[in-house]
Amino acid sequence: MGHEPTSDAAMAHEHTPHLAHHFETSEQQFVAGKLGMWLFLATEILLFGGLFCAYAIYRASHPEIFQYAHRYLDKTLGGINTIVLICSSLTMAWGVHCAQRGQRRGLIACLVLTLLFACTFLGIKYVEYSHKWKDGLLPGTRFDPQYAPGEHGHGGDADETAQYGEHTSDEPAGETGAASPSASDDETPLDVGAGRSRVPPAADGPSGLAEVPWLERPKPHAEIKERPSNVHIFFGIYFSMTGLHGLHVIAGMGVIVWILIRSIKGHFGADYFTPVDLAGLYWHLVDLIWIYLFPLLYLIH
Amino acid sequence: MTTSDTTIAAGSAPEAESPSDGNYLNHAHGIRSWIFTLDHKRIGVMYLVSVVAALLLGGVFAMLVRTELLTPGKTIMEADTYNKMFTLHGAVMIFLFIIPSIPAALGNFVLPIMLGAKDVAFPRLNLFSYYLYVVGALLALLAIVTGGVDTGWTFYTPYSTTTSTSVIAVTLGAFVLGFSSIFTGLNFIVTIHRLRPPGMNWFRMPLFLWALYATSIIQILATPVLGITLILLILERTLGVGIFDPALGGDPVLFQHFFWFYSHPAVYIMILPAMGIVSELVSVFSHKHIFGYKFIAYSSIAIAILGFLVWGHHMFTSGQSAVANVIFSALTFSVSIPSAIKVFNWLTTMYKGSISLETPMCYALSFIFMFGIGGLTGLFLGALATDIHLHDTYFVVAHFHYTMMGGTFIAFVGGLHYWWPKITGRMYSEFWGRIACLTVFIGFNATFFAQFVMGSRGMPRRYYNYLDEYQPYHVFSTIGSYLLAVGLILTAVYLIHSLFRGRRAPANPWGGASLEWHCSSPPPHDNFAEQPTVGDCYDFSGLRYDPEIRGYVSDQGRDS
Repeated sequence: MGHEPTSDAAMAHEHTPHLAHHFETSEQQFVAGKLGMWLFLATEILLFGGLFCAYAIYRASHPEIFQYAHRYLDKTLGGINTIVLICSSLTMAWGVHCAQRGQRRGLIACLVLTLLFACTFLGIKYVEYSHKWKDGLLPGTRFDPQYAPGEHGHGGDADETAQYGEHTSDEPAGETGAASPSASDDETPLDVGAGRSRVPPAADGPSGLAEVPWLERPKPHAEIKERPSNVHIFFGIYFSMTGLHGLHVIAGMGVIVWILIRSIKGHFGADYFTPVDLAGLYWHLVDLIWIYLFPLLYLIH
Repeated sequence: MTTSDTTIAAGSAPEAESPSDGNYLNHAHGIRSWIFTLDHKRIGVMYLVSVVAALLLGGVFAMLVRTELLTPGKTIMEADTYNKMFTLHGAVMIFLFIIPSIPAALGNFVLPIMLGAKDVAFPRLNLFSYYLYVVGALLALLAIVTGGVDTGWTFYTPYSTTTSTSVIAVTLGAFVLGFSSIFTGLNFIVTIHRLRPPGMNWFRMPLFLWALYATSIIQILATPVLGITLILLILERTLGVGIFDPALGGDPVLFQHFFWFYSHPAVYIMILPAMGIVSELVSVFSHKHIFGYKFIAYSSIAIAILGFLVWGHHMFTSGQSAVANVIFSALTFSVSIPSAIKVFNWLTTMYKGSISLETPMCYALSFIFMFGIGGLTGLFLGALATDIHLHDTYFVVAHFHYTMMGGTFIAFVGGLHYWWPKITGRMYSEFWGRIACLTVFIGFNATFFAQFVMGSRGMPRRYYNYLDEYQPYHVFSTIGSYLLAVGLILTAVYLIHSLFRGRRAPANPWGGASLEWHCSSPPPHDNFAEQPTVGDCYDFSGLRYDPEIRGYVSDQGRDS
């Protein structure tokens, strides 16, 4: 039946345990793995691309929302996180380098450092998110800001003091009318349980779609003192983007833990380090996505 | 790496083997050998069983929809239930049947063998794709048993963000199924790039592989966008993010853009593999070299690229700007050109060929006729002035059924018959095959041609109730659908019968020249012991029919 190993390829399979049966050479397996990982990264870019697209569309039509709300974010913490992730990419690349040279201890040390940096990133994210929770800066119908941006040390510049008295969680006046943030969590604006519609009164044109006329759009860097309507959209986009990114960080940590375990067991050497290489590629993409997120969400004003 | 001793072994052994010899089906036994298999052939078979089960479920919903529409007003169900029926018919058919059908069920089985490889590049990822399919299917079933969904398969906002039906379950299911699709596409691309044997360069590949390659490109680039759209939909429902709901400051048309950015390329995911199958069938059953190989190959890539540029033609009436409408309309016309190129090449292949009308060829001819109608009516819809009147009518319903069902599904059934001997090692009854094909053809056209007419006369789609003047069309269509169902049930019966009583299949029952016909029917576990040498897969001159085995053998040493 021709199944005995008589050819060179079959001998190669006998001597290299990591070589899968359907590949002829280790080289073929390695380049196939790399191509597969790059294709997967392309799908990840498309996945985040939808969110970046939503960001771009909303920023273009409602710049005042972004210019107002981004000041709620803490640039310092975000900046530290950026440096943390860049360092983690460094240690990851270093780890791949160690793997290529068969340096098992170096590889293990670098993977552990990468994990530590990743934990730091998630820890800082947790701090940021818990501040937002406390301050009521949550997406959608839970949006209930307790402070203006810049007050009480939460984001923005310390010496800004926006007049916030009349813009607390009362129903704001004005013809556009934001979704009322003081709604209970169970009700949507369309709930008519109390016999009263919570849909905001009609504006000139659809409430959510009316763009600020071009000549009246806020200048770049302008401070927006009054809270624009529909500010919660910023936080919807912020939490979607950083949340999805955070999930990818966690998944990446899982992958690195698995690689770490295999490294400790001695699976990798100069002749076979493909999984380390591929994990490194994934981790670099996670870092790259954050490098785009940070200026778009935190820095641009 | 030696290849010289390969072809002789691969060429002469298969006819002597019987399926009781080692093949992939009896290579290992027990349910665990299936659930944990890494063999692409077994994974393909599992997909085949699963998608046919989904087809049955979607078909039941279709029969309920058509039966309800026999009379205006209530026939067998209330309006809310009717909304759920057509939604679930669409969602189940699209996400659980049509998209995975040819690539995952037939492609998984055939691609490595046709390529000359031992397996796909990432067998474990392949199995994982199948597990994801099962999880997605279970989530969809969960949606069905928890009350169904009534938004239409397109989940337009803001209704889908506010309705109390099981939107989250079905969108999560579609999300998971999307990743199943992505990983299958990724696997195929790497396999075609990296696992080609020596001599198998790009322009020696069978056209079915070009089709699967183009499909896989669309799968990996478009499906993630659906993924993020569904995530945002779920976030909107659970957290009220406010991205799509105007009451929360969102933009419902944005949802449509995101949704159709995937869902239009998705229809090319559906049709490209089908066209690949037709290229194979038309050539083999005309016993003539495919005409215009490079044109057909490049047109697959062109369709894949252009398919990303036309999503706005689903939104001509959504309020987007006139400029956008004109651009999308023009691009929509351009994407019809590569499809037409294929049709002309198939017809030219058949011209002066020696055509034999076995069941797969009957299905291929049905495809050309029905996809021709479907594709041309797409042009009616792509023209702005006519689309204003035809949008959201039964004309659209008929158009996409002619292309997806008269196109993809018919090609799937044709491919299933073509590779049935290879997959199962059995021959089905040609007599019943042709009868069933004729029944399906008549039933299908009766069902859906009437819908073109009533759509152009104003019957809207997704309507539970309708004016009396449309009833004759609905009755005609429904009766056609019953005939269609009879034809399909008949097909299932004789195919299943063949598993137990069918004649044992030779290695090459049809006279194909691509590599899958060089190994036994069913193939051995490893496909090929050594990588085979590659010739022209459309050159049939080296084959002759052997009446003793009722199959084709290589004709070396004799003039053809």
